[in-house]
Amino acid sequence: MAQFNSKNIAMILLVAAVFLVAPALCSAQTLMNGAGATFPYPIYSKWFSEYRKLHPEVQINYQSIGSGGGIKQVTEGTVDFGATDGPMNDEQLREFQKKQNSGVLHFPTVLGAVVVTYNIPGVTESLNLTPEAISGIFLGKITKWNDPALVSANAKVKLPDADIVVVHRSDGSGTSYCWTDYLSKVSDEWKTKVGKGTSVNWPVGIGGKGNEGVSGQVKQTASSIGYVELIYAVQNNLPYANVKNAAGVFVKPDLSTTTAAAAGAAKEMPEDFRVSITNSPGRGAYPIATFTWLLIPEKIQDPAKQKALTDFLRWMLSSGQEMTEALSYARLPKEVVAKEKKAIDKVK
Amino acid sequence: MKAAIVIGPDARPSRRASGIIGLLRRTLNMDRFAYGLVSGCAACIILLTVLLAYELWANSALSRMKFGWHFFFTNTWDPIAGQFGALPFIYGTVTTTVLALLLAIPLGVGAAIFLAELAPPRISDAMTFLIELLAAVPSVIIGLIGIFVLIPILQRIVPVLKSVIGFLPIFSGPFYGVSIFSAGVVLAFMILPFIISISREVLLSAPRDLREAALALGATKWESTWQVVIPFARTGIIGSIFLAMARALGETMAVTMVIGNSPKIMASLLAPGYSIASVIANEFTEATGDLYLSALVELALVLFCLTIVINGAARLLILMTEKKGGR
Amino acid sequence: MKKPLSFRRKAINAIMFSATGVCTVLSIGVLFFILGFLLIQGGKFLSWNFFTKLPAPVGEAGGGMANAIVGSGKILLLATLVGVPIGFLAGVFLAEYGHAAFSSVVRFVTDLLNGVPSIVMGIFAYTLIVLRMKHFSAFAGGVALGIMMIPIALRSTDEFLRAVPASLREGAMALGAAKWKSIVTVIIPAAINGIMSGMMLNLARVAGETAPLLFTALSNQFWSPGWNQPTASLPVMIYTYAIAPYPDWHRQAWAAGFILLAMVFIVNITARTIVASGMSNKSRL
Repeated sequence: MAQFNSKNIAMILLVAAVFLVAPALCSAQTLMNGAGATFPYPIYSKWFSEYRKLHPEVQINYQSIGSGGGIKQVTEGTVDFGATDGPMNDEQLREFQKKQNSGVLHFPTVLGAVVVTYNIPGVTESLNLTPEAISGIFLGKITKWNDPALVSANAKVKLPDADIVVVHRSDGSGTSYCWTDYLSKVSDEWKTKVGKGTSVNWPVGIGGKGNEGVSGQVKQTASSIGYVELIYAVQNNLPYANVKNAAGVFVKPDLSTTTAAAAGAAKEMPEDFRVSITNSPGRGAYPIATFTWLLIPEKIQDPAKQKALTDFLRWMLSSGQEMTEALSYARLPKEVVAKEKKAIDKVK
Repeated sequence: MKAAIVIGPDARPSRRASGIIGLLRRTLNMDRFAYGLVSGCAACIILLTVLLAYELWANSALSRMKFGWHFFFTNTWDPIAGQFGALPFIYGTVTTTVLALLLAIPLGVGAAIFLAELAPPRISDAMTFLIELLAAVPSVIIGLIGIFVLIPILQRIVPVLKSVIGFLPIFSGPFYGVSIFSAGVVLAFMILPFIISISREVLLSAPRDLREAALALGATKWESTWQVVIPFARTGIIGSIFLAMARALGETMAVTMVIGNSPKIMASLLAPGYSIASVIANEFTEATGDLYLSALVELALVLFCLTIVINGAARLLILMTEKKGGR
Repeated sequence: MKKPLSFRRKAINAIMFSATGVCTVLSIGVLFFILGFLLIQGGKFLSWNFFTKLPAPVGEAGGGMANAIVGSGKILLLATLVGVPIGFLAGVFLAEYGHAAFSSVVRFVTDLLNGVPSIVMGIFAYTLIVLRMKHFSAFAGGVALGIMMIPIALRSTDEFLRAVPASLREGAMALGAAKWKSIVTVIIPAAINGIMSGMMLNLARVAGETAPLLFTALSNQFWSPGWNQPTASLPVMIYTYAIAPYPDWHRQAWAAGFILLAMVFIVNITARTIVASGMSNKSRL
């Protein structure tokens, strides 16, 4: 066995020191960490991966922990930027100002659609769902697939006499924010009983973690229904519903209808970019759509990070936008892009 | 090979006097240094634990003050309204633990009896070795098996079970796969090795003369085991059950992956639920607002206290049995 | 004169013991069931990609867990550096020095620390390190796991040192060695087998911990240089991939589970064999 003499001990200490120090010496890069929404995770992971190939000296690590997590961690300062699909409310903005001594800016990145996905054995078609049906299901009032409210809009589909398993988010989610925002607009009962937020008191259902968890759960559970970002349903071959919009038309969620949802907001975009586009009035507008935002602090201490982030934002607004449609996210409207380019200067 | 041991009056110069330790030896009183070092580490541990308890207490202050004892009896978990109650999670934790114990105790004590009383020593040792390997399987891997293997199996078994005992309220309602029942089964997997290993040791510590006396009086082996050895070891076996309980209460990953994450109290075991550890794992990184975070930390404090109490009771019981056996 | 055993009593004897035999077989069956699945599913999906590539963007195939393997290694290295010295030295204190009152407080507190659920340890490390450093980091993850290693390191050191026969201790003292020297050069080497195996079991246990890492090391889709950055780790990746819907991710989760379990089992078996051989050596003394 090894002996406890000074030579051996010195050797061990030296090896340990090398192991400890060497990794730190290898980094001449700007490393940044962001965390937040799972809604745009597919496009963000693509963007950051591509950006790194173009700029190897900048490494941006994004972790999808949910919009609630994004807001919380950027407020605590443990990550350099956050991401959310539910904009921060005034109280959260005040908390950020208090903790970080700086404001925080919302930068829209893409438009996405929250689709109603389901797993009904034998049903592969897209169901037509009315706002009453959706709110009824998620309030727990409509419990079977062959309920009259569902059958009436889907005469051609054989809906089984089975219990509906509702799947919602178990974590703080911007997708949930968009979803509950929509439900609050179309159902007074939902508005008073549950309300809107990233984390609500769900009347029924099982919880999945992240968009990934909900789509995973729906895929594994027969007779289930859930709400996820479009790309998650597409990538997993899950069917999704056409939803009746404010104009009374059953609209299929896709790039054009998502873009149409933002038509009104694009022209009247507020300065801080916080806006809700659910239940938009247009005829071709998909009613459950949302912008998703990056949360960038106004004041960034490290000049290298500040430059890297602002460079990335500019890239995102130009080349980045070319990649969105392949992943079923809609590009930002031109007016919004122009406004954002000016807003980047606010990041100091 | 140069001798590293220098035994003898330190006044004699040795060949190893050059070198770090030689230098230290000349300048420090090594014994006092050694004593300081080791007792410092011991004190460090006390400090760490006190710090942990303090952090839990301090960070849960907001929630404790706002909700008081009602926290344990309130059934709502509503981050928007700022209403937090621990009841759904306590229910989920307790139910899954009780279910796991109900499944693991008969199996575990039975196996322990076999291994202690019947199996030849070498086989007994080999099998115990294997069972203790089961204890080493990480929680997340059991969760992995839970999601992809166990739940599909349960989805076939439960309808059969329901046709037999479906009239009972605890087996009513639809089964989605993720549920309190699945979490209980998964937990049973995890606590089984503890019950077996500790019960077996406790049974083995019963003195031979006890068994032999019973056999000499004409008892069958089973009667000697059941009526003499087990009562002797009973406290220790209960101690092992407590230990298993403490482990089950704090289990996070495997439970989170199969419990369904629904903070509602339902009568049926087939419904989804939520445990204390799972809600902390899911919601901690995103608890915006100090009250929300403080409520989660209060839940952690509850878990902390529970595991202390149960662990303490367990060790006491096991100690009592081993003392009885004169080990 | 022997009274013949009634049939009923013999029957009960046979039935009950068979029942316990069934229990044993079932219990071992559970282990083989888990092992079997991981071997088959995990082994099937191991690939060169898995060991050498970084995770691919969501939905794209061909990613791997190279950074998670290295990340786990780094975190465990740090955990060992934190937990083992403190636990070991405190164990030496309890076994060799020690006051009645202080020692019992230390033992009690260590038991307390041992029972703390890993998720609570994660919260502790988050508030202590992540919030103060304003960074998720491998460092925070390593410290969280290191603190979890302390109680078992202490207990195994304590037990194996106390098991060293008094004759060795007295022999060293009789030859005039200073206390610290007799500990370092005689007593510890005598117990080293047991202590090493205890440390190995400890490491294997901590290697599989996921919950503390969720709040401390977070995860990383790239390489994580240094100790100050979030880092991917095998258990966290298994969890993230298992609850997601992508089949490619599921395959990788199985492969990662296989690697993790293989490592845990190898360390466990090695550790126990060391103790067993050490014990048989001692009996020959």
